[in-house]
Amino acid sequence: MANTRATLDTIPGTYIFDGALAIKGYALNKMCYSFNDAANRAEFQRDEDAYCNKFGLSAEQRDAVRNRDVLALLAAGGNVYYLAKFTGIFGLGVQDIGAQQTGVSVDAFKAKLKAAAH
Amino acid sequence: MATLAGGICTSHIPAIGNAIARGLEDDAYWQPFFAGYPPVREWLERTRPDAAVIVYNDHGLNFFLDNLPTFAIGAAPEYHNADEGWGLPTLAPYPGDPKLSWHIIESLVADEFDVATCQEMRVDHAFTVPQALLWPGERRPVKTVPVAVNTVQHPLPTPARCFKLGQALGRAIASYPDNQRIVVIATGGLSHQLDGERAGFINKDFDLMCLEKIVADPQALTRYSIRDLVRLAGTQGVEVIMWLVMRGALSARVRELHRHYHIPVSNTAAGLLLLENAA
Repeated sequence: MANTRATLDTIPGTYIFDGALAIKGYALNKMCYSFNDAANRAEFQRDEDAYCNKFGLSAEQRDAVRNRDVLALLAAGGNVYYLAKFTGIFGLGVQDIGAQQTGVSVDAFKAKLKAAAH
Repeated sequence: MATLAGGICTSHIPAIGNAIARGLEDDAYWQPFFAGYPPVREWLERTRPDAAVIVYNDHGLNFFLDNLPTFAIGAAPEYHNADEGWGLPTLAPYPGDPKLSWHIIESLVADEFDVATCQEMRVDHAFTVPQALLWPGERRPVKTVPVAVNTVQHPLPTPARCFKLGQALGRAIASYPDNQRIVVIATGGLSHQLDGERAGFINKDFDLMCLEKIVADPQALTRYSIRDLVRLAGTQGVEVIMWLVMRGALSARVRELHRHYHIPVSNTAAGLLLLENAA
């Protein structure tokens, strides 16, 4: 089988959101999906712990949320499309989270993207 | 009978919508990207399609993991966007075409594509941004049929399957009895990766190869696996499977009327292609 988890995992620095991660991340992604609604974002910001408890996040997921740590959120089963709705609450766009995940400044991350044109 | 007026592929990055909202089209960063679009707008003004079938991927606005179809067709009288969690502007609704939607659904299922049907469907930036690029100013000159392809939850449909869906879509359009001009618009791509330590990955050589092959030899692209596409185009670069749906709907031989490619828009290599069936 070409598309087994084992072969997909051989792409360095790349998370394939397959069934195993979807199971692991369900509560976290469900919470992040709820942030499509502005009222839910406000509720999260009023009492983050209570909101996370409502969705039954695991301790790993709760720590990753507390630390706004995108790589840890991915490892905890987060899917980037839902996570973007979480990071959006803090005004972080895809270039900000790109910089965070690759350990460089946002300017350095943007410069790397521009350099891909050549 | 309906005619397939042509096919368009375009990237759909949310930042484009923000740039339009802020009037940044002539800004130094944005100008080389927006400069690609006038020829396609002029073609649309000349061709005046009645309806657009828009093949895109939902990014977690309408669909969640509780119930995630591989292929879903909108059949609503109109479609609304939402702020997607980031405060995007909510726009005037997009008119649907339930009669055309149901014709396509009936035809696809008869053709063994067992699609999900949606009489309510929120549409995200992958549906709205391309229309803002192609018909600026919140005009709504075409009726729309959204076709959503799953790129969230693996396993994703293979490139070969997406091409076959496009072929079935082409047969559906050809058998529509109304005298309408229909355009197929595919959105997404080209290479980009948002997540993981490899975030920011772009592969210009692969993109340029895709732009060549999608015109003259799309079968070559159907031989890639999803894993290949993730490796070569990035986690989100798999969105090129939408382009294969569009290409499948066109005939074996096509004319390329316009092409544009620009790096970067946000994290993405942006591509644009306009094709017509060859006579």
